[in-house]
This record gives sequence, structure tokens and C-alpha cells, in this order.
Amino acid sequence: MHELSLAQNIMEIVWSNVPLGSEGLVRSVRIRVGEVSGVVPESLAFCFSAIAQGTSLTQATLEIEVTPFTLRCKGCTSTFSSGMGIVVCPSCGSRETEVLSGLDLQVVAIDIEDEQPQ
Amino acid sequence: MSVITIERKVLEKNDELARRNRDLFARRGIFVINMVSSPGSGKTSLLERTLALVKGRLNVAVIEGDVQTDRDARRVARFDVPVVQIVTNGGCHLEAKLVSDALESLNLNGIELLVIENVGNLVCPSNYDLGEAMKVVVASTTEGDDKPLKYPAMFRHASVLIINKIDLLPYIDAEVATLKSNALQINPSLTVFETSCRTGSGIAEWCDWLVQQAGAGKSSTGRKAP
Repeated sequence: MHELSLAQNIMEIVWSNVPLGSEGLVRSVRIRVGEVSGVVPESLAFCFSAIAQGTSLTQATLEIEVTPFTLRCKGCTSTFSSGMGIVVCPSCGSRETEVLSGLDLQVVAIDIEDEQPQ
Repeated sequence: MSVITIERKVLEKNDELARRNRDLFARRGIFVINMVSSPGSGKTSLLERTLALVKGRLNVAVIEGDVQTDRDARRVARFDVPVVQIVTNGGCHLEAKLVSDALESLNLNGIELLVIENVGNLVCPSNYDLGEAMKVVVASTTEGDDKPLKYPAMFRHASVLIINKIDLLPYIDAEVATLKSNALQINPSLTVFETSCRTGSGIAEWCDWLVQQAGAGKSSTGRKAP
């Protein structure tokens, strides 16, 4: 879903967090994509590579961690994962559940080579 | 190799603009809903029916979003409420910036309820906060009662589900109870209404609830971001 504009957003976040002139030293951008965030990781990585080409981030790649959609049941306290988005506890049937992970879409960190002394 | 820790949302730019919209609405005491659905669910007809019943009780303004034409804005304008049409020219969802730009053309003086009718699309609008108090998802009976399972993100982000076109139930296989049950499996906190724009069934209940929410929303200082 809109992986191209998301990739653009990621580039802007990288640029605003890397010292001016060191963008070429960025090797990877670590992203966390929730399983039910609606984003297709392969598509995001592809779009990023496509639009980074020819820019100062041409050498950078996305490293994407997909976090599963996991919930905790407030009724029986069991935790469960739900790839389809259903939030009903499979153990006790309770609808009183809280989401633990799987919704985020986050730039986590940047791996950047150290500047070599001139 | 060094690591620079970031921990920032990819959608932070839109979220920040949405937050500014939300602050503006709070300062002006405006309750805002974002109506979302597949194309053809009856959103605009439902909005027309809503305006007819609500405009005597609240001062309403509308922002319309469509890929092309101002047809929907012209339909809404017949109800003599301030309305602005956003034409995206291909964009499949509204974003916070489009809404804040549209607000510059809208006289918000005295407005108590703002309805944003999003582009018909059950996928993309779910991730884009516009600054609304709540998303209202409209699902018509003709779309099938498994819709919430096939498009969970939108139903998860919504606060209200309006099951529309209930007058067509005798002619189709879908069951309202199944649609409702599937939606509640994705989002147990959904408030559900069943409506028909053709017969008027359920419209008064939806409007009464909306007016009550708008009144309560104005007096609350904090709104849950969708």
C-alpha cells in the first residue's frame, strides 16, 4: 500500500538524521513493519532501491523486520498471534484482548560506515 | 560501522499534519468524522440523508474527496451547508495535507460537525489520519458479509460501522448478523448501525447517535487519535 510514497518518507527521515555529506556512508536502513500494517515488505524494499538510485542513498538498502500480530487475552491471559487480524482469543473466545505487536511501521535505525580519516 | 537509532514512524509527516488538524478542530469545538468505504457503498446518499436530519440540530460543513468531478459536492450543496470538493486526480485516498489545504476554503465559524467523505477505497485510507475524531466505515449488504475479514485494517481503524442498503436483503445471500459478527471479530469495539437510504430505516438512530457524540466531543478536551 503506497510503498513508493512510504519509501520516499523513509528517505526523508534518513536524510534528516544523517550528518550532511555522510549520506553516501549509509549501508542499511532498518525498518519494522507490522504484519497487519498493510505494507508489503518486498514491495517497500524494491521501491526504496528504485528511488534511491542516483541519490546520495544509492548504496543503502532496507532491512525489514516483520513483526507478527500478537495479542494478549485479558480474560485468560494467554498470548496468541493472528495473521488474519481477528482479535478474538482462540483459547477462551473473549473479545477483551490487547495488541502487543504487529501494527507498527517504523524506521528503527541506520547502519552507517564510519568516516575514514583523510 | 556505527548505528544511529531513529525510532520514528514512517508516516510521521502525515501524522504531524493530522495532529495540527486535530488541534484546530479542538480549538474550534468541531467534531469531525471521516467516512470511508468501498466505492458504491452509498456513502454520499447516506451523507445526504444525514444532513437532512442533522443540519437543523448542528451546524455542519463537509469536505468531499473524489478522484474526479465535483458531483458529490454539488449533491451536498443542495442541503445548503458549506462544502469543499477535493479532486485528487488519481490519488486514491485523502491525506492530512489535502484536508488542511481544503480547510482554508471553508468558513468554519460556528461549525460544530465536519464530515469528511473520503475517496471510495477500502484499503488505503485506513493508514492516513486526517485529524478526525473517528472513522465511520460504511459497508453495504451487496458487498458480501465477509468484507471485514477481507479488509481488516479499515474495520480495525474505524469506530463505527454502518451496514447500508438493508432494503436489498431479500434479494441477496448476505446476512447482516454474519457481517456484524465478522466485523466484531476484527474490532469488538465497533458501534454498528443498519441503514437504508431508500426506505430511511435506521437513519434516525444513526443521526441521534452522531448528534449526541458531537455534543459530547465538543466538551471533551482529549480525543483518541484513530
